[in-house]
Amino acid sequence: MKKNGWLSKCYLGILLFLMYLPIAFVILYSFNDSKLAVSWRGYSLRWYAALFQNEGMLEALKNSLILGIASCFLAALIGTLGAVGLSKVHLRSKGILEYVALLPLMIPEIILGMVLLAFFSLLQLPMGMLTLLIAHTVFCVPYILMEVKARLAGMDKSLEEAALDLGATPVRTFFDITLPLIMPAVASGALLAFAMSMDDVVISVFVNGPRTNTLPIKVYTQLKTGVTPEINALCTLMLAITLLVLLIYTLVKKILKKA
Amino acid sequence: MKKRKNQGLLTVLPLYFFTLLFVVGPLLYMIALSFATNKGGYGFSWRPTLENYIRILEPVYLQTFLQSFRLALTSTFLICLLGYPFGYFMAKLSGKWKGRLMLLIMLPFWVNSLIRLYGWIIIFQTKGALNNLLLQLGILKEPLKLLYSYPAIVLGMVYALLPFMILSVYSSAEKLDWSLVEAARDLGASPFRAFCTVTLPLTLPGLLSGVILSFIPSMGLFFIADILGGNKIVLVGSLIQDQMTRGSNWPFAAALAVVLAVLTTLLIALYRKLTNVKELEGFY
Repeated sequence: MKKNGWLSKCYLGILLFLMYLPIAFVILYSFNDSKLAVSWRGYSLRWYAALFQNEGMLEALKNSLILGIASCFLAALIGTLGAVGLSKVHLRSKGILEYVALLPLMIPEIILGMVLLAFFSLLQLPMGMLTLLIAHTVFCVPYILMEVKARLAGMDKSLEEAALDLGATPVRTFFDITLPLIMPAVASGALLAFAMSMDDVVISVFVNGPRTNTLPIKVYTQLKTGVTPEINALCTLMLAITLLVLLIYTLVKKILKKA
Repeated sequence: MKKRKNQGLLTVLPLYFFTLLFVVGPLLYMIALSFATNKGGYGFSWRPTLENYIRILEPVYLQTFLQSFRLALTSTFLICLLGYPFGYFMAKLSGKWKGRLMLLIMLPFWVNSLIRLYGWIIIFQTKGALNNLLLQLGILKEPLKLLYSYPAIVLGMVYALLPFMILSVYSSAEKLDWSLVEAARDLGASPFRAFCTVTLPLTLPGLLSGVILSFIPSMGLFFIADILGGNKIVLVGSLIQDQMTRGSNWPFAAALAVVLAVLTTLLIALYRKLTNVKELEGFY
């Protein structure tokens, strides 16, 4: 196989540079002393200080974290049980269920957001954390389902059979054999789902209701109405959170590879 | 044996329940809603009508669909142009660099998309970084107005969706048996010919799945057009959102969504027909 020439390496480098350029600017301008995002006036941490006094922002951050953790926990529960069950049962509706369960990834987010809004108002659910939680769980389940399904497909079935043959109950087999084996996949799927939940604007904007904000929604409204430099600080902090999550994610992936 | 056969049934129940209630239910409700009659002020009655669909045929709305398609096609074309070589070159790197590059691609992909868009706003503002640089270098005399234009939206779309294409092409090119390319070269094919007859057809599933993964979201990412386009260009996504909130015509919004859903489903079906694969390449 022919290796890449210098030209193709340059290409990779330039495109990567462009991918990181806007992120670098966001981080840089979060330390800008000037009130206007357009001019540079030396380093300062004042926007970080201002951010921590901004109760609306902190509230949104709290909501986002609660939402991310709760929805990825719920999705992990439903998705893992579902994937394990699907690998065992032989029903005619199995294929269809699998297709439908992955549907949230196949249709544009905007459709999912609007149908959920219409449906929640049909059920007369008040828009707020509950509706956000359901909506986020809807699009988080497929990530976990896919990861666990892939892991189960590559798993040695004879281990489970051995446990069953030796007299373990199916429940015991699940907790002693299956679950430890698929745990890395559950964890990496859940982290992916968490990141997706922390990033979602399109669906949340429909079902958040008038008083509940998530962090991305807060950023979105600020971008539309007028930007204060606090947003740079907020963005940098969110970036740090995402990096942290990603770090954990890659560590889990590494453990998964070793196992 | 019979007992073991359906022992997993209980564990699938939450998934069945959840999916039926919150995915299938809402989608069916949307279809029903698209045939309801609008009464204004968020009200509608269940008197069946086709007027929502007929209304889509009005020039204003057809124009919106065409504009969205044009934007999605333009962005997808550029994404192919930029992403294919990237994924292809990436697959040719050594194992260690493959992993590093993969992480570098995933990283911005995971960073909130709004944050990344905001970075471009800082750069492209009339008094922003790029204009300042060009003015200081003496290349420009007047700052350029780069934001709130069609190219700005295209840039935003390409930027947001490029990683999908790169990962799809990469996962396809990674599996490519390079000895086939070498065989073609040994038998006298020019590099270009070998690429067209061997490499391209074999990486086509990845390319096509990248096309789908960038085309479908680009029809619905209303916030990019909103923020970078300054509401000048109305897309199907923005139209649906507008009808659901300010326009308060839910049946019409549902009809728009049904048409959009049908179009995307057709696209995925076409992909499956073309490539004979069940799952999208490099989907996550």
